[in-house]
Amino acid sequence: MTAAVFFGCTFIAFGPAISLFLFTIARDPLRVIFLIAGAFFWLCSLLLSSLVWFITVQISNKDSSSQQKGLLIFGVVLSVLLQETFRFGYYKLLKKANEGLLMLSSEETMPISIQQLAYVSGLGFGFMSGAFSVVNILADSVGPGTIGIHGDSQHYFLSSAFMTMAIILLHMFWGVVFFDACEKQLWWSLAVVVSSHLLVSCLTFQNPQYVGSLVPTYIIMFLMGLWAFVCAGGSLRNLKFCLTCKDKDFLLAHHRPR
Amino acid sequence: MKDNCICVLMVCCVCNTPLHGLDFFVFLCFSDVNSNSVAQKIYVEVNNTVPCVRLLNATHQIGCQSSISGDTGVIHVLESEADLEWPLTKGPNPPYMILLESHLFTRSIMMKIKKESSRIAGVTVVVPNTSPSEFSPHTTCPNENTGVYSDTYGPHLAHCNTTVWNPLGNGLSYEEFDFPVFSLKEDKQCYYDHNRVVNGSAPQYPLCAMQLFSHMFAVTDTATCMRRNDVINFSINPEMVCDPLGDFNVWGSIRPYNRSQLGHRDNESVVMAAARLDSRAFFWDVSTGAEGSISGFVTLLAAAHALRDVTQVAPPTHNILFAFFQGEAFDYIGSSRMVYDMQNGKFVIDLDNVHSLLEIGQVKRLVDNFQSSATGANFSLVEPGVSQPLPPSSLQRFLRAQNIPGIVLADHRAAFNNKYYESYYDNADNLNLRYPPNMTAEEQLEFLTDTAMALTEVATVVARALYKQAGGDGTQVDNIKADSKTVTQMLFGFLVQANNSWFQALIPPELKDMLSDPPDFYVGVASSSPAKAKPLTRLVQFLLANLTGTATNLTQDQCQKPDDLPDESVQMYSYLWVQGTVPHNGTEKGPFCVRASVRLSQALSPAFDLGEYASRNYSTWTESRWKFIKARIFLVASRDLEMLTLGVGVAVLFSSLLVTYFISTKADVLFSSAREPASAAY
Repeated sequence: MTAAVFFGCTFIAFGPAISLFLFTIARDPLRVIFLIAGAFFWLCSLLLSSLVWFITVQISNKDSSSQQKGLLIFGVVLSVLLQETFRFGYYKLLKKANEGLLMLSSEETMPISIQQLAYVSGLGFGFMSGAFSVVNILADSVGPGTIGIHGDSQHYFLSSAFMTMAIILLHMFWGVVFFDACEKQLWWSLAVVVSSHLLVSCLTFQNPQYVGSLVPTYIIMFLMGLWAFVCAGGSLRNLKFCLTCKDKDFLLAHHRPR
Repeated sequence: MKDNCICVLMVCCVCNTPLHGLDFFVFLCFSDVNSNSVAQKIYVEVNNTVPCVRLLNATHQIGCQSSISGDTGVIHVLESEADLEWPLTKGPNPPYMILLESHLFTRSIMMKIKKESSRIAGVTVVVPNTSPSEFSPHTTCPNENTGVYSDTYGPHLAHCNTTVWNPLGNGLSYEEFDFPVFSLKEDKQCYYDHNRVVNGSAPQYPLCAMQLFSHMFAVTDTATCMRRNDVINFSINPEMVCDPLGDFNVWGSIRPYNRSQLGHRDNESVVMAAARLDSRAFFWDVSTGAEGSISGFVTLLAAAHALRDVTQVAPPTHNILFAFFQGEAFDYIGSSRMVYDMQNGKFVIDLDNVHSLLEIGQVKRLVDNFQSSATGANFSLVEPGVSQPLPPSSLQRFLRAQNIPGIVLADHRAAFNNKYYESYYDNADNLNLRYPPNMTAEEQLEFLTDTAMALTEVATVVARALYKQAGGDGTQVDNIKADSKTVTQMLFGFLVQANNSWFQALIPPELKDMLSDPPDFYVGVASSSPAKAKPLTRLVQFLLANLTGTATNLTQDQCQKPDDLPDESVQMYSYLWVQGTVPHNGTEKGPFCVRASVRLSQALSPAFDLGEYASRNYSTWTESRWKFIKARIFLVASRDLEMLTLGVGVAVLFSSLLVTYFISTKADVLFSSAREPASAAY
């Protein structure tokens, strides 16, 4: 649909992610490294799930559409579980790496806290996941045509972009909650993260009824966002301080000399 | 081929199935070719597109051109000439892609479209099932600048001042259009679903649109494009922009000529018989020329066949040379080349050796109302007065060089009788080639049509005339009869189905793929070696060889190298290994070696050898090159929706930038609850 749609959808899908990267991650090389490593871990999980998918598709009956649909659902579930497994694996790796970094560095405190790592790794997962979701759609949106000649919905590009934005932010929130739950050994939190991921993925089977998939996804995103905010140390009181510009007094009052 | 595959996962290429919205985590692979299912949801590729391409000569460029990234337009089906108002002025969604029925493909409509071409992206013409009553896209005066009549020689006869040969010609083939014109199969479903104009109100978006790609590299004229061709010798990535038109002439003679002896032959006087092979149409590569050229050369082939036996029994005084010229539609490429070769001693004979020339033009209607019972000739030959000029014919090129006695045999006194001269409709129907229903292809091949009988009569007359002209024995003349079975098989092969058993028997087994349908008679771009000549030319070569040559007992190896044998000489004859018929029931005839004095001579305009790309004397036609030619149909959305999407995107970006800035500056405060326990530890 021409360049206007291409840029519009790119900004919708990657706008929040890019601004987060620019303002919070780009300045600190350590965060950049962990972001890319997180993206790589997501990519590994994708490789594994695609291997399994490929093999099962080859041995399945290609003509039976119900089998193919069942295979699709299986693929979705498998991929979600693998992504979360790799997130756990990344958490374990980061814990080990942090001890190692502490031994190497001359300072006494850790250069990057586990909460920041959670945020960065979640965002890394989100970036890569968003890229794989939407890049090929964006590539086709540059051409002169729009979807619809075979009767599909016209809002395909727009809803894909919004879905991608939600997924990127969701990955970030899931990362924060996941790491926090692992730190505090709260296994039920872990289960909620995994099941919400499964839920969001399975909601997409509603497409092309985009309302049915987008609205619940955004509701889940807001809920997860609140939960992640609380896990990261936010509270309603802090929010009120910020919004009413009393934050400077707050900092001064709570400043503890070393 | 470029491969855009970002298959990071080497093993996978599970393509994205947006139906289930798995888009955001399923791995995808997008490549140029059709595995991209998003592109499949947007575009419908149109198959079997026939474009109009750009041709250039010394002074002009003709044909059609699209922009390099294709021309997109909202489809509008034209119902009548008055309906042109909608796409040209009134329609609110320019540019438009006009879809024409074939009966609306007229000069006046195309000229109107050409004038307002800023609002028109292109034109597509629906492939017709039936022929209109008349249609000729050629000019009214074919080859007017390269014939024998000019401002210095017979000016009152030049430029059709006396006789307009093709009065039905509308000259569309020689116009220049700066938008693409394609010929496609009918597909109006998308238009009816989305683009119908109801009561004068504009249709709603999304609208059905088509995009045509036919970008031509060459511009201006032949001299420019040949100069640009030469420049590429110095560049790393050579890409030619145009190629000269041309092919090979087929010639054969009763008595062979030693091909190593070129130039004038003493005491040699040859009667030449000529016909043209090629034709053209508005669209590229779809011409047939049934009446325009096929009737002529089939008659000549049949006449050559009729003369085979009698010239062995009672050889005539003069030799007879049969010449089939290619490229005659484009300012006499083949005949001008042969004349040039004769003048410069590059051909086996000289212009002084030519005794006379008999040319067979359009002869379809020479025998109207054929009576199958009659044995004698059913037509009489009439000579028009000297005030009548010669029709466009290869004889004119010979006369330009030297005064040679000549005859052009045609079925029209003044203007052509052919209502579809050089057009797509000059096909089997135009020749009234009718077969009874429910016949298999093999039965149709053998069936004697009326047209075949008629042309056989003409061939008999031509053969007898040639024999007498060559000084043959008068008593033998009545024995000369053309074979109507050969004629009908030739007509079937050239006009209906080339891949038939008779044609297959005449060509080498390895060239079977040459017989593709439908047969095509456009001269095409010149190639350097005879092995790469056009299928039509090679077919005529093998036909002439089989019809005038003799079958020998040579084996296949001997056929490749006949010089090892004492009696055979590759200088005098050409030896062709052909498939032969495979009769049922036992007697395997099998492949055999044909010895015939049939050769191919290059038909490339002398202008290209001489480097005179702006020549006025010779043909300078070239065909542009292009990268790809395709068409596709899709829906387009309204501009407002696109701008809205962009606006939403920019708004999302800016608001997220603001919010993130706010959060990152206040991060200490916002996330301080996590640190409090740490700082509260004393």
